[in-house]
Amino acid sequence: MISAVLVMNTQGKPRLAKFYEFRPVEKQQEIIRNVFAVLCSRPEHVSNFVDAESFFGPDARLVYKHFATLYFVFIFDGSENELAMLDLIQVFVETLDKCFRNVCELDVVFNYSKMHTILDEIIFGGQVLETSSAEVLKAVEEITKLEAASSAINLVPKSVSSWRSR
Amino acid sequence: MAGSSSSSIMDNLFQRTLDDLIKSMRLQLLTESSFISKSIEEIRREIKSTDPQTKSTALQKLTYLSSIHGIDMSWASFHVVEVMSSSLFLHKRIGYHAASVSFNDSTPVLLLITNQLRKDLSSTNHFHASLALHCLSTIATLDLARDLTPDIFNLLSSSRVFIRNKAIAVVLRVFDKYPDAVRVCFKRLVENLESSDPKVVIAVIGVFCELSSKDPRSYLPLAPEFYRILVDSKNNWVLIKVLKIFARLAPLEPRLGKRIVEPICEHIRRSGAKSLVFECVRTVITSLSDHESAVKLAVTKIRELLVDQDPNLRYLGLHALSVAAPKHLWAVLENKDAVIKSLDDEDSNIKIESLRLLMAMVSESNVVEISRVLLNYALKSDPEFCNEILGSILTTCGRNLYEIIVDFDWYVSLLGEMTMIPHCQKGEEIENQLIDIGMRVKDARLQLVRVARDLLIDPALLGNVYLHRILCAAAWVAGEYVQLASNPLELIDALVQPRTNLLPPSIRAVYINSVLKVVSFCLECYLDKDEGTSSSHDGELASGRSEMFVVKNDTEAPELVATCEGSTYEQDEGFNPRNSTAESCDEDLSVENDSDRVVTLSSKKNFTHESVVNLLNRIELIFGSLTANQDVEVLERARNIFAFVQLIKAEIIDNSGQNADTVDKKYSQISTVIKSIRDAFSMELGPVSISAQGRVTAPDGLALKENLDDLKAICGDIELPSSVSFYTGGPQFGTTSDASSSNLLKNDESGQSNESTSLLEHRKRHGLYYLASDKSEIVPNDYPPANDPKSNSNINDEADELTKLTEQSVLLKKRTNQMKPRPVVVRLDDGDVAPVPNKRPERRDNSLSGAIKDVLGSETNPSLSQSNPLDKSSTKQKGKKKLGTDLPSEMKENLGDAEKPDPEIPNSSSKNKERRRRGKEKIVEGEESDQKGKKKSSHRHGRRKTHQRANSPLNVVSQTPVIPDFLL
Repeated sequence: MISAVLVMNTQGKPRLAKFYEFRPVEKQQEIIRNVFAVLCSRPEHVSNFVDAESFFGPDARLVYKHFATLYFVFIFDGSENELAMLDLIQVFVETLDKCFRNVCELDVVFNYSKMHTILDEIIFGGQVLETSSAEVLKAVEEITKLEAASSAINLVPKSVSSWRSR
Repeated sequence: MAGSSSSSIMDNLFQRTLDDLIKSMRLQLLTESSFISKSIEEIRREIKSTDPQTKSTALQKLTYLSSIHGIDMSWASFHVVEVMSSSLFLHKRIGYHAASVSFNDSTPVLLLITNQLRKDLSSTNHFHASLALHCLSTIATLDLARDLTPDIFNLLSSSRVFIRNKAIAVVLRVFDKYPDAVRVCFKRLVENLESSDPKVVIAVIGVFCELSSKDPRSYLPLAPEFYRILVDSKNNWVLIKVLKIFARLAPLEPRLGKRIVEPICEHIRRSGAKSLVFECVRTVITSLSDHESAVKLAVTKIRELLVDQDPNLRYLGLHALSVAAPKHLWAVLENKDAVIKSLDDEDSNIKIESLRLLMAMVSESNVVEISRVLLNYALKSDPEFCNEILGSILTTCGRNLYEIIVDFDWYVSLLGEMTMIPHCQKGEEIENQLIDIGMRVKDARLQLVRVARDLLIDPALLGNVYLHRILCAAAWVAGEYVQLASNPLELIDALVQPRTNLLPPSIRAVYINSVLKVVSFCLECYLDKDEGTSSSHDGELASGRSEMFVVKNDTEAPELVATCEGSTYEQDEGFNPRNSTAESCDEDLSVENDSDRVVTLSSKKNFTHESVVNLLNRIELIFGSLTANQDVEVLERARNIFAFVQLIKAEIIDNSGQNADTVDKKYSQISTVIKSIRDAFSMELGPVSISAQGRVTAPDGLALKENLDDLKAICGDIELPSSVSFYTGGPQFGTTSDASSSNLLKNDESGQSNESTSLLEHRKRHGLYYLASDKSEIVPNDYPPANDPKSNSNINDEADELTKLTEQSVLLKKRTNQMKPRPVVVRLDDGDVAPVPNKRPERRDNSLSGAIKDVLGSETNPSLSQSNPLDKSSTKQKGKKKLGTDLPSEMKENLGDAEKPDPEIPNSSSKNKERRRRGKEKIVEGEESDQKGKKKSSHRHGRRKTHQRANSPLNVVSQTPVIPDFLL
């Protein structure tokens, strides 16, 4: 089971944080800080696995990947395969890349909601449901369409109409 | 009304969206924290708006700030519920997202969302249902899970895969929170294993993988289904998950291993996916380690990983090796070169794994070499890894009471060397081991004292805070085993050196106590010698070492000299060779003459009257200054030793210059004092069992469980001292102590009259909490004497003890070059480790597994009743329709057939006739597994349990999860 997905930049600023078990916000921030402290101390071209037991409880492992200015971090337990997790990060990033056309940090910063939509299609409550980026894209597009439709209805805000009627 | 709606229009028109918020935050016109607090203010206003758009945008911003910047949003939970209930997808999404970010089991408004969730779960818009499922997967509580189980059950067979696989995944959380849901949903969950849609299979297998991590045994009956997937599936993700499940099941059922080993090896050979191959390898080495050919195949794969370019694969290869190490050490030894090479890798993960492997290779025969290599390596590596190395050496060598250590002298020296490594931060472990070895291994004490002396004497070590604990142990060792020391005076020098003021008070107190032990030992030797001289060999003994041999051991002298020389060479210490020669000679001497009442250690000869007086003077000087120390422990002990020294000194000086007869007489007085003190220290300390306390029966009338709550009321009128540790305020010691501390000091002579009156008053009011008063009041200083001279009149015994002790260590020395037998390590009967409390599985898990067993039991039952023609037609439908609800009756129906288990699962009934035939052939084995099952049937779910008891003889058989034999 995956217990958290984090995206942070190389300065340690979180860009996306998804925890699949409830943790108080202070604890979340502490975890992000700890993870960053570990990641930034690791040189390039070394293995992508880190023992996460010290800050995430027993049996916790961490896989990360470094792309340009961003770290993508998955934290998981013994029910997942390390290499498969590494592949999953790849799938996630590929999906982002297709979705935003050459994804960069700014896309991640400004598309908080969409990032979550994409992630939710891949991982559901800590379990991986979809490993194909094409399928994810399809679902995300539909959801985006639905969102756009519902906000189009909303072009005349309810408050305005109610105000007029009065 | 107009006012409020117009304000909401204004809000709406000028409201910042999430994008605006992010943009302005990036402009950094304000500091981040002040910008955020300003935004929160804004959000608090906006979120109260009646306009859903404004409200939801505010909530979105708040969720963002909470998720990224760690801002608390629990205050907004009611607004979250409001936004969730919007009919617009856009808003609903924001609401659900906010809920999954911020809600937890203790969120009060959770009760309000049940209906909303139910509505959305059954919505025709499957994206709405998907939102609800997502939310449930992170926030479902017992109540939500219970109330929504029927809705989730419906979705489990949804025609839309998009929804169905999410419903499957959410079942995991539902089962976790509400185990009874198993009775409703499990069947359908299992059916989904058959699905032709790979996405559904991914979801179901994922759920079973998680479920099996908690209680694998319950899922054994599903093994055939998993096996089919293992053989048929082409999806690597699914295969990995199935392998994970089998890795948990295989150890429970040996026959399972035989079946799966071949397909797994096939995957290893065929698959190009590294992740799958690695998972296969891991499964083989963890769970199929008895299948030799498979293990060999796995190890060849591991070797490929070890030499790969990719550090990830190298790391995983090492990791796999260390998993294999306990059972297949040959695999590690085969790859020894790669492992040792990895110690130099730039990746710290790889280094640590390789270190672990090296430690796994350690055995009695090579521990010395490997430790030597690693210690050299530690010297030149970075602090972190250095300590990693030291830590693993310490754990490996200390494991199971130093199981692999034969030569304790070597090990104790190694501990000393570790301390000298500049980066060493393992103070606590080394401290523990030094003391532990001291107490457990008599034969190592001599070396221990030497090492302790080397550590104590080095002033540089005192400056390193990480080493203070080790020095503490060294000081204790030096004091406790001072009779083995070559030069006690040197120890005293080391213990009182000026830099000891760098030590924390608690450790300083240990130093001071050790000084007391050493001084009393020196004095004892001095007095003993004096006694000896005055009684018989007056002149001869004073004249020198060699003469003493002759005098005392006229018969054995030549032999002794030889032993002396032998042992001198064995001593590797670099310090004063003459001294050590003398020491070892004398030890031999004392050994050979246990009949000699007088202990003849070399050191003793050094104690002339003058040197003793000097020693006492110095101690008086040093501890005189400590009697004003701020710390109670230090102060108290320094005072004790100060007073002791003054007492002794007065007598010794008084008697100087008088003739031998009077000296003898007068000294007898202080020698009693010193002997009593020595006797107090002579009791040998041994390891104490961790359960020792429990074996002491509480005396009658000792109320341990009394509720002392009303103490609070009593203590209310007492001002507790502000600092936790009791510091005395220097000269105004007496006046500052208040009533509560006077409680502690009630027998203290320095207690002042006003204190004792307040104490008396307190006692009058709360007599309940005082000890019975008659004794302590009549004789307030009735403290039991440190030791009773009457009971300790056997000085001879002590000397004998000592000689025996030295004898052993010397014997050990003599044989160093031959195969040295491992010394006795004291081991307690009932184990030295804390008894592992019986792990009682949580009730919840228990009930979950119980429920699953029930359901799986029912699943196999229909097939059991196959021979009953009446039942046959109905069971399948029944299984689907009334699953769980009328289990007991189903059981009853099956009673008659329980003895002929036809292990067939309805789902797979038509699949393989041949398999079924095989199953019948193996019925005997099937019953065997029934027997096994019987044992664990004890923890079963409540209602069923009573029922089961009523029908126990037959039901037990029918209920146990029968492992379908065609697989096995």
